[in-house]
Amino acid sequence: MSKQSNKGIKYLVAQKVTRRPKKYCRFRKYHIRYVDYKEPEFLLNFLNEQGKILPRRITGNSAKYQRKVAQAISRARQLALLPYVTDLLK
Amino acid sequence: MAQPARHYETVIIFSPLLAEEDVRRETSKIKKLLGENDCSIVEERYWGLRQLAYQIDGKSNGIYVIIEFQGPGTVVQKLETEYKRNENILRWLTTALDKYGVEYNEKRRKGLVGKKKTEDAAQPKTEQSAPVS
Repeated sequence: MSKQSNKGIKYLVAQKVTRRPKKYCRFRKYHIRYVDYKEPEFLLNFLNEQGKILPRRITGNSAKYQRKVAQAISRARQLALLPYVTDLLK
Repeated sequence: MAQPARHYETVIIFSPLLAEEDVRRETSKIKKLLGENDCSIVEERYWGLRQLAYQIDGKSNGIYVIIEFQGPGTVVQKLETEYKRNENILRWLTTALDKYGVEYNEKRRKGLVGKKKTEDAAQPKTEQSAPVS
């Protein structure tokens, strides 16, 4: 009998409970204006295991700071602070 | 003063075969060159021997030296020809600092930045876990 009463309403309401926390740009939130290329440990946050730069849709960076992060990472790579290609970086 | 003075930062990787005195001598040469070209040195830092992320010229270590200076842009080219002539230098990078970079470096000298970064790394985790509970 409970099945009949729940019909239709079940999917409209019940499934919305688990909501992913909204992504945000950490540079904007904490007012970091400068991305330092000499800090490889910090830049690791924006790389995957193969040393590739993570896309904005995953890190949540704003376009402006994604550019700066990409610039900083490429500088760090030139200075051998970060690898160009690897496996098991983390 | 034809050109306005800008802030620059140059990172040099010396060969790991050099002794510490040699590194100091080489950097003092570079500083002398900067001084001759109306540059004022803001800061110099020795990172010392550090593992490279990949091999350069068959070497897996390098000695990092960072010099921040203020001066006309024409000096950069002279500096880089000097680097090219020097066989002890594995690699270098000279970058112009924007106003935020200058601000950041000043803060770092006062010891404010290091703490901030660790907080930033820790905070997002707590932020994410809070809405779930």
